[in-house]
Amino acid sequence: MEKLIDKQRVVQHMNGRLLRNNVLKFLFFLATVFGLIVLVILLYRILTQAIGWLNLDFLNNFPSRRPENAGIKAGLVGSLWLMVIVAPVSLILGVGTAIYLEEYAKKNRFTDFIQTNISNLAGVPSIVFGLLGLTLFVRELNLGRSILAAGLTMSLLVLPVIVVAAQEAIRAVPNQLREASYGMGATKWQTIYRIVLPAAIPGILTGSILALSRAIGETAPLVVLGIPTFLAYLPRGILDTFTVMPMQIYNWTSRPQADFQNVAAAGIVVLLVVLIFMNSIAIFIRNKFQKRY
Amino acid sequence: MELTVVKERKNKQVEERSEKNVVYRTKNLNLWYGEHHALKNIDLDIYENEVTAIIGPSGCGKSTYIKTLNRMIELVPSVRTSGEITYRGRNIFDKSYRVEELRTQVGMVFQKPNPFPKSIYDNVAYGPRIHGIRDKKILDEIVERSLRGAAIWDEVKDRLHTNAYGLSGGQQQRLCIARCLAIEPDVILMDEPTSALDPISTLKVEELVQELKKNYSIIIVTHNMQQAARISDKTAFFLNGEVIEYSDTDKLFSNPDDKRTEDYITGRFG
Repeated sequence: MEKLIDKQRVVQHMNGRLLRNNVLKFLFFLATVFGLIVLVILLYRILTQAIGWLNLDFLNNFPSRRPENAGIKAGLVGSLWLMVIVAPVSLILGVGTAIYLEEYAKKNRFTDFIQTNISNLAGVPSIVFGLLGLTLFVRELNLGRSILAAGLTMSLLVLPVIVVAAQEAIRAVPNQLREASYGMGATKWQTIYRIVLPAAIPGILTGSILALSRAIGETAPLVVLGIPTFLAYLPRGILDTFTVMPMQIYNWTSRPQADFQNVAAAGIVVLLVVLIFMNSIAIFIRNKFQKRY
Repeated sequence: MELTVVKERKNKQVEERSEKNVVYRTKNLNLWYGEHHALKNIDLDIYENEVTAIIGPSGCGKSTYIKTLNRMIELVPSVRTSGEITYRGRNIFDKSYRVEELRTQVGMVFQKPNPFPKSIYDNVAYGPRIHGIRDKKILDEIVERSLRGAAIWDEVKDRLHTNAYGLSGGQQQRLCIARCLAIEPDVILMDEPTSALDPISTLKVEELVQELKKNYSIIIVTHNMQQAARISDKTAFFLNGEVIEYSDTDKLFSNPDDKRTEDYITGRFG
């Protein structure tokens, strides 16, 4: 039989193909390295600036007009207080919404509409949520510039992300497990509580912790709410006013004295450590509870 | 010689059956998936302590029918039914018939082994637990009895608290049967229970079905005609959503009334 493929030409082409293969491999590697290099430069600059300023006093002091006395205590404690509100509110509302949409709601135009809007909400700029919080919580509900008002605003901000993450985790639970449970006469809630949620928890928690990390680093909505940046006392309850780390850092970077840049760098390091800590919890949970089907 | 005696006795039994031995009576059942008419005018009686096999080519409605018997089909959106199915005299489509109640009487074993990602013990104890049994002693006894009933006790008794995913496919399927026995059902529905298993595991499940029919009524959907011939007492042949023929298995496979049944069982199509 006559051959349709000329092996001679295939061999001639081979060099070009292999070259292109290697060039592209190099380009993709470059793309990866680019991000890494930027990150390393950033970390290097911040760490060199922060070194010498980062000590126990820095963690233990309130902000001050003198850079050598300035500390992040109010911001650190304030950020933790913020989490006290954001974590439960956004988790309960977010996971509840996800369970309703995935397990109970019938697929129709109304649920499609909700679904589209949740995805849209995830893309709304955070400053818009700040304006919503200012109108609704600070003014209408008269909560003032309190931890509660800020926490509820932040909860709204991260809610769409948590809903989508929880939905994906719930959807990833194989249907045959639900069938097995229903097949034995389990109710919907028993199936959700005993089968779906235990299998979905790693995914839900991973997504939620990443969303909470976003809330900890977020500044814009709190600026709109009018959260103070200079506070020399700690809040005693959720109705007290407070400040958070990113606000504190923002304030320091806008000071004229050069030394405050170093104080800001030290603040950034503390913020990064908190974020890395939260992300490692997410990774730990994912690895520990991940299940195969 | 002995075989004919057994067969004669079996036929006699069939004649002697009275009304009360009917477990499921299907009358004029129709089912639609949206516009698709999947089950057409099904009339079928299923008897106590027998193995009823449902055979037919892919897409003939046999899985749909068995899933209708415990109303699992309602998990599919846009399903409509008409007609009635009575289980022990009660119409399962009645508004007052709670589906959870039906499913504690009618257990189901699925095509692919689907144990929960839990320990072997927790898998079997799942059914009793959701029905409110908390007493450890009772649970222990149910678990042992169910695992023995599914002929898997000896293989797993030393590792009851290890994950069920560590078992082989065939063992997982027998675990699923044990899990089903644990709710002490009256009927067991099996939807192609051996289609994902190797021949040796298949044989074990088939032997198990023979054993189980002493205490349970079993309805089994199968792709495998030899399997239907080996293990069932009655066989229904489904085609395009209709019951073409339903009779004693021996008769259906040796002397079918309908030409289409004959074509199917002799492998001319399907």
